[in-house]
Amino acid sequence: MSTVENKEQMPPAEPPLILGNQTFGTVTDRISKLAERKTTLTWLAALSLAASVALLLLGSIGYLFYEGIGIWGLNVPVAWGWAIVNFVFWVGIGHAGTLISAILFLFRQKWRTSINRFAEAMTLFAVICALVFPGIHVGRIWVVYWMFPLPNQMDMWPNFRSPLLWDVFAVSIYFTCSLVFWYTGLIPDLATLRDRATTKIRKIVLGIFSLGWRGGNRQWKHYELAYLILAGVSTPLVLSVHSVVSTDFAVSVVPGWHTTIFPPYFVAGAIFSGFAMVMTLGIITRKVFHLEDFITNQHLEKMNKIMLLTGMMVGYSYACEFFIAWYSGNAYEQFAFINRAFGPYAWAYWIMISCNVLIPQMFWFRKLRTSIPVMFVASIFINIGMWFERFVIVMSLARDYLPSSWDYYSPTTWDVLTFIGSFGLFFTLFLLFLRFLPVVAMFEVKGVLPEADPHHKGGSH
Amino acid sequence: MSTATAKRTYAVLAEFEGTAGLLKAAEQVRDKGYRKFDCHSPFPIHGMDAAMGLKRSAVGYIAGICAFLGGAFALWLQWWTSAVDYPLVISGKPLFSYQAFVIVTFGVTVLGGALGAFFSMLIINRLPQLFHGIFYSPNFGKFSDDGFFVSIEAEDPQFDEKETAAFLESIGGKNVEVVTGK
Repeated sequence: MSTVENKEQMPPAEPPLILGNQTFGTVTDRISKLAERKTTLTWLAALSLAASVALLLLGSIGYLFYEGIGIWGLNVPVAWGWAIVNFVFWVGIGHAGTLISAILFLFRQKWRTSINRFAEAMTLFAVICALVFPGIHVGRIWVVYWMFPLPNQMDMWPNFRSPLLWDVFAVSIYFTCSLVFWYTGLIPDLATLRDRATTKIRKIVLGIFSLGWRGGNRQWKHYELAYLILAGVSTPLVLSVHSVVSTDFAVSVVPGWHTTIFPPYFVAGAIFSGFAMVMTLGIITRKVFHLEDFITNQHLEKMNKIMLLTGMMVGYSYACEFFIAWYSGNAYEQFAFINRAFGPYAWAYWIMISCNVLIPQMFWFRKLRTSIPVMFVASIFINIGMWFERFVIVMSLARDYLPSSWDYYSPTTWDVLTFIGSFGLFFTLFLLFLRFLPVVAMFEVKGVLPEADPHHKGGSH
Repeated sequence: MSTATAKRTYAVLAEFEGTAGLLKAAEQVRDKGYRKFDCHSPFPIHGMDAAMGLKRSAVGYIAGICAFLGGAFALWLQWWTSAVDYPLVISGKPLFSYQAFVIVTFGVTVLGGALGAFFSMLIINRLPQLFHGIFYSPNFGKFSDDGFFVSIEAEDPQFDEKETAAFLESIGGKNVEVVTGK
């Protein structure tokens, strides 16, 4: 009875970020132990499964290199098939990590500290999966280095006016910056693991990777500014990378692609899908590692609100595309959109609409927004929906200007295996991260505990 | 030389109570005139730079210069490869079509800034520095968990093993120890 009353009296704003009366010591203990304990059987089983699936990717790539791009379903007119769909899908997922670490850091959103570490890790692994696809789809793999401006005996340079070249730069720079950002955040936490290490190997390995961190304020001073700058320079990247990816499409003259709405539309979709993936992984990690005190319902609810917002932006973009197609008076443009909704790929279009526009509407209701099973299922549907969004966009190629060249694209087994295999790679890397590194940024969580404030006196706020 | 006689004093280390305790201690150590001292904490403490009397970090300027150099190099590379070394007219566009070069220029600017911030932070902090005398202290490992320490290094002109230790004790330091090692 009294607890019910208390709940109602509590103001809804500003509940504590971290639950369970944590002190600095318990934060260190709880998180470090996850990386220090013995390998569990569950983890080994999960890793074996993920690594086996990753072998599918390796095998498919091996056969692709041996036989050539012909093993995939792409052909004229659909010369871009699943490879680009998967590339955009993975890059999109890789956007949430940097949004959480950089943009929320600049906005002083302290709740980010519980989720930023694994969201950043997820970003890196998603971008690695994304980079696989443009890397392997070039056809003549032995000249893949032509993508980079490397001096060569032919005195040949890449075409810097091409969006595909912009992509190479945007995504590889994004990967580098995210890696540097992630590693910078890890240094103090690796020092914590180093100071707790009991075996010689752990001491040496962690000693090397923590670089001899001493946590003195003379170090923190430069560290904090560097971290702020990394957040600052990563922030425009969150917006620019997927904008550049969208120019792969928007700069062409294909109806349904050649639109100015693409950059913001792609960015919103990327954040949407990235948060969905953070949600999926976060709920599992939280459950398996019992991190409910760190990743609280409050964190999950906030992420759901961001998904609701970005989902609405994506839905608005779908509607806007139709409006502009109609308003342009361009017959090809109009046909492209009617064909999307009612043509041969209508099934994909309506899966996309259901998953991306209808499902997030549940999050208007507090009850659904705070229910873990609901948000878990919703996040998976959103991931599916966002994959179909890219599929729908790429399939604009199937029916272009000339009806005589129309065709229906279907993937081959190799397309499917390569895509499934990329999930194996993603989860293998993620599981290794969960096993060996601190999943939550310990030093940042300690910094947002009430006792970290020098003016805090014994619990009274 | 036997190891017993070759012991070297590196610093005096004292533990303080919480962030407020460390801030106060930092002010007192600063006012006493010590220069080569540091305050070790598990996380950065707001207001510590002022308490220790430290100037603003130079990382920002270095990162800014690196960002500018990165962007300038990218723009130069695109101009030189497209307009000078391998001039090729593509879709009737000018050889130096700078509008299309904005994206790579922007990207490399960001890359320069990020790498500049990261590496200048490491270089100014003299990292990686795998050996430091302070690690000889059996207590010091607590800094990365929940310990708050002040260390005054032996190189400080005012340093005197006994006096410095007594001073740290007098301002409320606990577990005061003289850190010695090989």
